[in-house]
Amino acid sequence: MTGMTVIVKTVTRWVKVFIFLYGIYIIITGHLAPGGGFAGGVIIACSYMLLTLAYGKEFTLKRLSSRAAHHLDSSGALLFLVVALFGLGSGGIFFANVLQNRYPGAKFTLLSSGTILISNIAIGLKVAASLFLIFVILSVLRIVLAEDGSQKMIQEEEEE
Amino acid sequence: MVYALCFALFVIGLYCALTKKNIVKIVIGLTIMEYAVNLFLVLLGYRKDGVAPIVEEGAGPLEFLARSVDPLPQALVVTSIVIGLGVTTLAIALCIRLYEKYGTFDISEIRRLKG
Amino acid sequence: MNTLLIPLLVAIPLGGAFFIPLVSRKVRVLADILGNLATLSILVIAVLLFQVRTVYSIGGWNASVGITWVLDGLSNLMLVIICLISFVATLFSSQYMERYTAKYKFYSLFLLMVAGMNGVAMTGDMFNLFVFMEVASVASYALVAFGGDHEELEAAFKYLVLASIGSTLVLFGIAFIYGATGYLNMASISQAVRTGPRTPILTLAVVFFTVGFGIKAALVPFHPWLPDAHPSAPAPISAMLSGVLIKALGIYALTRVLFNVIGITPIYGAVLITVGVLSMVVGVFLAVGQWDFKRLLAYHSISQMGYVVLGIGLGGYILASGGKQSAALLAILGGIFHLANHSVFKSLLFLASGSIEYSTGTRQLKEMGGLLEKMPLTRATCTIASLSIAGVPPFNGFWSKLIIVMAAFQGGYPWLAAITILVSFVTLLSFIKVLRYAFLGHLPKSLKAVRESPAMMSIALVVLAIFCTGMGLLLIPGAREMILDPAVGALANGVEYAQAVLALQ
Repeated sequence: MTGMTVIVKTVTRWVKVFIFLYGIYIIITGHLAPGGGFAGGVIIACSYMLLTLAYGKEFTLKRLSSRAAHHLDSSGALLFLVVALFGLGSGGIFFANVLQNRYPGAKFTLLSSGTILISNIAIGLKVAASLFLIFVILSVLRIVLAEDGSQKMIQEEEEE
Repeated sequence: MVYALCFALFVIGLYCALTKKNIVKIVIGLTIMEYAVNLFLVLLGYRKDGVAPIVEEGAGPLEFLARSVDPLPQALVVTSIVIGLGVTTLAIALCIRLYEKYGTFDISEIRRLKG
Repeated sequence: MNTLLIPLLVAIPLGGAFFIPLVSRKVRVLADILGNLATLSILVIAVLLFQVRTVYSIGGWNASVGITWVLDGLSNLMLVIICLISFVATLFSSQYMERYTAKYKFYSLFLLMVAGMNGVAMTGDMFNLFVFMEVASVASYALVAFGGDHEELEAAFKYLVLASIGSTLVLFGIAFIYGATGYLNMASISQAVRTGPRTPILTLAVVFFTVGFGIKAALVPFHPWLPDAHPSAPAPISAMLSGVLIKALGIYALTRVLFNVIGITPIYGAVLITVGVLSMVVGVFLAVGQWDFKRLLAYHSISQMGYVVLGIGLGGYILASGGKQSAALLAILGGIFHLANHSVFKSLLFLASGSIEYSTGTRQLKEMGGLLEKMPLTRATCTIASLSIAGVPPFNGFWSKLIIVMAAFQGGYPWLAAITILVSFVTLLSFIKVLRYAFLGHLPKSLKAVRESPAMMSIALVVLAIFCTGMGLLLIPGAREMILDPAVGALANGVEYAQAVLALQ
């Protein structure tokens, strides 16, 4: 059977939601505590990697296909660039924190940082999608025994 | 004193990247070198008896300046770690493709370009 | 108006690089259209911004806490060169890359590389320089390995290891400078260096910068990656790598740091001159015996980079040791003019070799021959480029080499001028060999069916050839004041750069 034993599968089924939630928490409170977009994105990608290790690649790819991950990746990066250009359009300076300058929030709350929150979310999305894609692509090679008795590597087809 | 240890780590990474024969070991040497420089950069910001640079609920900016360690190298190091991740990923992908084409990880046999 | 256009130079290629994979997986021609549109728009913006001298702070934070982008004479010239060569390369690659699947990935990586190079040319902050340099480098590692054949992967791995060592050394140098002065902004660092004591930490940082940027620029003790990486890449990528990447990431960054941030002294100038002379001589003597066309061109890149470093180093040495001011300015002018010329004619040579490879399928000079009647346009443009690099009047290579020789005589170093003329002569010999084997001679039977390359590729070749012939006109006094003298002034001012930047805010 693919994947790991029943114990690992059961524990993964319980734990993966909490890892995902923890990743989202680190992304959103990035301006208040250490963390931010990159660290949170890595943790979200780790939850998907745990799913891949425990259940096998086909199961995970049915839940988040590689084409969807490509699209999420590009959208996250484009969202970051749009936020930066937004400062250009409405304030005249690239990357300006327009939300904070116009609607300043109270300190130490979630909404206190303006566009930094949206940038963190965009980066978290991009990093999670990218690391998941890298893990899936780098794990496609297998060593099989060819007809003439020697070992060779084959690569599975990447779905378009 | 601790900066000399960072430098020693850098030299170990450089030695590993330049003299080993297995390409995966060369990539590991590159990673050690990058992390040595990141460590050096973080240690530059240290202040004796300093606290972490997070503004507390009731404190003002002046106390923050007087007591915390320098937060700028920490921001630089986060960026540098991400860049190191990108380069390492690309290097490992190249190693896998090289194994697929040449059948070996040994760099003295991956030598078709001469002259 | 200007403040709206400046960030677009980095934002448009980045946006294009992220947008192209979203829309062009199914419709392949959309990638071509979007890629060409992106590079054409940044070329227009770079030309519009050519006279602007300003300091742009990102996010509105002032210079002591934020990142600033500085446009002065030298960075404007670099921006125009980068955008021009990238536009011509995307024109060329719209048909050359038909053989490769996943063309949209090529455009995406290409635009990332262009965004990184534009950022390096514009930035006024040391760590921002490092970040953009890494963006451009990582994109170029992936582009060298684009075809996926044996040699391309091997060359890409060698390039990756050596260039990563270079980047790590640069980061180490930046860490030393931050530890010594406490600033990352280039203007603030140069003020702090000028007023404080000259500690050995700064010398160590300069050593690290020279080695690190020298690896990126392929100067002689650090050149082994270039003869493998540049031939193995696809032809428009070779043109970009050899034409702009080693200049923007290597030589521009090195001279900006040495002249404007740390301030040049006679020892640094002497080191630059030594490295330049070594590169010139070693590059050209290793190039003469090559039979692979692109490998020959790659070795010539090393030698021509030696010219540029020699010119700029000679100027710096004379300025720092108090010699004749006019000789120093002439030497720096020769170096920078040769940098601009080399981008144009080396890119043209690599694109012509790509055109030959597209039609005949080979890169070895012994297998070609007699292409003169089958490919007239390629032959004409390749001849123009070969005469330019060899330094034959009236093409542009002659003028810049003449200026460097004149500056060496005026500065009182006739033996440097003698070495320059000798290297120029050997360059001419090797290109006569190229022209004779590729175009003259009789056509072998296997090549009877070749035809001229398609329209887009020929347009790209012709555009660059026009620039080759016309760039000698940049030395007319009117054009020179507008285009070249500000660049020379930006370097020759040295640490006055800080005054200029802080005054403009």
